Amino acid sequence: MSILVNKDSKVIVQGFTGKEGTFHASQCIDYGTQIVGGVTPGKGGQEHLGKPVFNTVEEAVNSTGATVSMIFVPPAFVADAVMEAADAGIELAVIITEGAPVKDMMYAKMYATKKGMKTIGPNCPGIITAEECKIGIMPGNIFKKGNVGLISKSGTLTYEASHQVVQEGFGITTAVGIGGDPIIGLSYKQLLPMFEADPETEAIVMIGEIGGDLEIQAAEFIKENISKPVVAFIAGQTAPKGKRMGHAGAIISGGSGTAAEKMEALEKAGVKVVVSPADIGKAVKEVLSK
Amino acid sequence: MNIHEYQAKQIFQKYGVPTPRGRVAFSVNEAVEAAKELGGNIWVVKAQIHAGGRGLGGGVKLAKSIEEVEEHTKNILGMTLVTHQTGPEGKLVQKVYIEEGADIKSEFYLGMLLDRAAEMPVMMASTEGGMEIEKVAAETPEKIVKVNIDPTIGFQGYHGRKLAFGLGLPKEEIGTFIKFAKALYDVYMDNDAEMIEINPLIKTGDGKFLALDAKMGFDDNALGRHPDIEDMRDLSEEEPTEVEAKRYGLSYVKLDGNVGCMVNGAGLSMATMDIIKHEGGEPANFLDVGGGANPETVAKGFEIILEDPNVKAIFVNIFGGIVRCDRVANGILEATKMTEVNVPVVVRLDGTNALEAAEILRNANIENIITAESLADGAKKVVAAAKGE
Repeated sequence: MSILVNKDSKVIVQGFTGKEGTFHASQCIDYGTQIVGGVTPGKGGQEHLGKPVFNTVEEAVNSTGATVSMIFVPPAFVADAVMEAADAGIELAVIITEGAPVKDMMYAKMYATKKGMKTIGPNCPGIITAEECKIGIMPGNIFKKGNVGLISKSGTLTYEASHQVVQEGFGITTAVGIGGDPIIGLSYKQLLPMFEADPETEAIVMIGEIGGDLEIQAAEFIKENISKPVVAFIAGQTAPKGKRMGHAGAIISGGSGTAAEKMEALEKAGVKVVVSPADIGKAVKEVLSK
Repeated sequence: MNIHEYQAKQIFQKYGVPTPRGRVAFSVNEAVEAAKELGGNIWVVKAQIHAGGRGLGGGVKLAKSIEEVEEHTKNILGMTLVTHQTGPEGKLVQKVYIEEGADIKSEFYLGMLLDRAAEMPVMMASTEGGMEIEKVAAETPEKIVKVNIDPTIGFQGYHGRKLAFGLGLPKEEIGTFIKFAKALYDVYMDNDAEMIEINPLIKTGDGKFLALDAKMGFDDNALGRHPDIEDMRDLSEEEPTEVEAKRYGLSYVKLDGNVGCMVNGAGLSMATMDIIKHEGGEPANFLDVGGGANPETVAKGFEIILEDPNVKAIFVNIFGGIVRCDRVANGILEATKMTEVNVPVVVRLDGTNALEAAEILRNANIENIITAESLADGAKKVVAAAKGE
């Protein structure tokens, strides 16, 4: 078992024939993901990476039965791509693109929600169900199959966490990179109950960072609703106030959104919070040996 | 990206958000000319820097004659203004805004930003004009009225009424206030603003609302569709090394410690700073070299880090994914040929092909490159190296 995606998920790629789309789609195909086609307006009818190319998402969905879309279009076209996917009945859009304007995502997410489409990202590594389905840009070999669910705002820190979990002798069910932008799709609060309900997931790792209050919301949610052990690390304990740390959303504004307040809230909710990012694997081992 | 008060007011005026009349001046002569042109018998000379608290630092002065305009401008232009937002080093004032005096009857606060939890903009107003809004929020949150504005319906009368009644405005002033707030909403949405702050918003003796101050920040990701706003960028207000880093696609933030960091990915970069602190050191910077970590970006990264004389050791922490570690190792070796690195460099490469990478670095046998086995090992080694151990 896993959450959201598995070996049967049918995936199309929006921005299929571009440089990024091509490279990562072929990596996903190598991993075993069922990439059933792609969309590049104007290139409909062609074949790319051995898969059909369509002009519109609607055509792609009608002819392939895809339910998931992986989006690689340039930042200025992200909102358009997301809304097109939502309109065509896609159930989950995984938005990899970095640099989409906040205003665009505000409209795109509202429309996706109205149409019942889930979104992941933008500005994220994607989602991977270990040894079944990779929809994103993460190195697949780092994610061995196991019993730990992973939710993270950061790309390389997700790989780091999975690597540590694997080194301790465990593995991953599904890992979701939720992205570090101010407005994102699925977040801790929506993903935690999915992992809670997944029989194969026995522990959950959540990686957060400074800025916003999603981790605080997660803490409140965990307290009431999550019985599985949760390990958390919050990046940016040493970040200065008012400075944007790489991710558009990673900023302590008006003194709120600090790592300290998030760590405290999570601890109060019974989460095993690690101070050092090198201790994530060890903490997973600890909670799973109890 | 942030802009100056005078620039924000230019945008305001375009949208019909009323402000006092004013002119920007880069010299004493220009300031005097500006005051004469504006006319009247009272002016305010305001330092233009990207930081709040200018008045308390001596950067805002009232002038009751042209001679006083001249005198204040002489004092303010070229001064290093220190406010609670500039840090102790302060900011050099290179321009002033000469504004006509206003007849202030009462002062308010009006601001707009993204409410990340609601995923839509929020407009906030307070009767505590002139005070820092964070302070008001912490001490007397009941004095702040907020209203979320769903962009799919836009600014409606009821949004304005909620704020106006919340501020306790008399009935006859509600209409004027709503017009003001609606125009401000348009400024925010049309220009992809990230933040607007009017503090204070004043009511004049004749019942008008005026933006006496104006602060604006923009979504960097949207600047591509606002060339007019990008033109307002004042690079002298930004940290020069950060600007340089950005030109090479690197994301850099200077900090106060002595352990330089070069990392791939923003989250891992922050985590690396955290673990350095955890091991008893102090990070000198945040530096995300991005996914590629090729010889050119790594070399540029070394250069940028070493521009800071405090740096005593550097921690290169790369988690190789699709970019294999052996390639990154070769990149690091190349980079050390391209730029001189005269401090110990602790390199931790983990992930795809990590063993091959370690081999490459060992065989290269470069004196100041120390290899590390893991994140914790690397952090310990670099903190020790920075201490000269």
